[in-house]
Amino acid sequence: MIKFASLLLIVIGLYGILSTRNVIKILVGINVMEIGINIFIIAIGFVNGGAAPILSVDNPGSLLKFVDPVAQALVLTSIVIGLGVTALGLVFARKIHKKHGTYDLSEIGGES
Amino acid sequence: MNWFNILEAGVSVLLVAVALAAVLSKKLLVSIIFLSALSMMAVSAFALLSAPDVAVTEAVIGSGLVTFIFVASIRNLGKAGEKL
Amino acid sequence: MKRVFAGLLAVAFGVVLLLGISASTGLFSYNEELLDDSAASHYIAKDVNGDTGEIIFGETMDAETGSANMVTSVIANYRSFDTLGEVTVLFLAALGVSLLAGSMDKGRKRRKSGFILKVSSGILFPLMLVTGIYIFTHGHLTPGGGFPGGSMIASSFLLLYLADENFRANVRGFKIAEGIAGTLYVVLGIIGLLAGGYFLINFLPTGVVGNLFSGGIIPIVYVIIGLKVGSEITGIITDMFNEEVKA
Repeated sequence: MIKFASLLLIVIGLYGILSTRNVIKILVGINVMEIGINIFIIAIGFVNGGAAPILSVDNPGSLLKFVDPVAQALVLTSIVIGLGVTALGLVFARKIHKKHGTYDLSEIGGES
Repeated sequence: MNWFNILEAGVSVLLVAVALAAVLSKKLLVSIIFLSALSMMAVSAFALLSAPDVAVTEAVIGSGLVTFIFVASIRNLGKAGEKL
Repeated sequence: MKRVFAGLLAVAFGVVLLLGISASTGLFSYNEELLDDSAASHYIAKDVNGDTGEIIFGETMDAETGSANMVTSVIANYRSFDTLGEVTVLFLAALGVSLLAGSMDKGRKRRKSGFILKVSSGILFPLMLVTGIYIFTHGHLTPGGGFPGGSMIASSFLLLYLADENFRANVRGFKIAEGIAGTLYVVLGIIGLLAGGYFLINFLPTGVVGNLFSGGIIPIVYVIIGLKVGSEITGIITDMFNEEVKA
């Protein structure tokens, strides 16, 4: 069920990117899409009845059922990268706003 | 139908609803706040899928810092900048 | 018109995605168990270099990585080279932000912050800082690690920025800390290369699984990552804030 919802999130994010000309709104769409992709990767690695991949007093042995740790490691780094990319995109948007006085791409035109 | 399925269905519906609100809202600030709420929904989804590491990271970064850098970008805009 | 077209395109993309994914994996079901010989099952059992028997929390000595948290063992040991590249990408993003933001002229606009925010930030700032440090020093035992710990340190500085309009973090100090942490990561890898034959090999004894002093170089790597991520994100926040005051 969450797998299906995350696919829907990817589609919603794509619609958000395509349906607007506002730079900030496009970045919001990219973030929605990124959250959808992260949830999808985690859901692929999930195992029915699996414990969180941490040995502890409650789950002491490595022969128990655990979920996939590789997917979680990938998503963990991807979230931090997403923050950096969003910050870079927002600074570019700020540059556009400083030069043209608007965040709307259709008002900027081709000539600089 | 156990507790996992019920929680899963609830989180899925909330994820899609909040994402639609974030993409379709007309004002930028509303859109950004819904993005923060979507991040919180993602945290509950990660916790449900037994990924506590990812949930902690998403809670700190997605709901806190990303919201701040978005709000810092639109904060000083006038009314003209806030329309879609 | 534009919206209709965008909606059609998004729906078409979704249909392709659904068809492609439902052919290989179920959409409404999850895996029953991990594949027998997959990398993930070897990472869980810590037997990449050969079978060592079951790992018991609090008992097994000198396991392959010695980290109770398997995600940490993947990030900071098995795929540590990936993480080095990833931290470099974050560094490049922070560099780009400070380059682009630094060229804008800075001004000051007075902005009053509330009394409650001012007083409570003094109480909350040390607590958040200590929580962040706790999270990245215990990354091999509990959920968390260098990335959320560093981000939490950056959030505590964000609180100071919001509370005091004249506060500016010592950006030069953060840049120096970030550079030292990055260099230490590479130096640690080269020591591993000299000692064990592989870049970033875990050359220290790994101890008992579940102890604070266990895991070989994993806690050291995570402290380095925590400091590096924390100083990078604080730099990003400082740049965004300088701009936000002027805009």
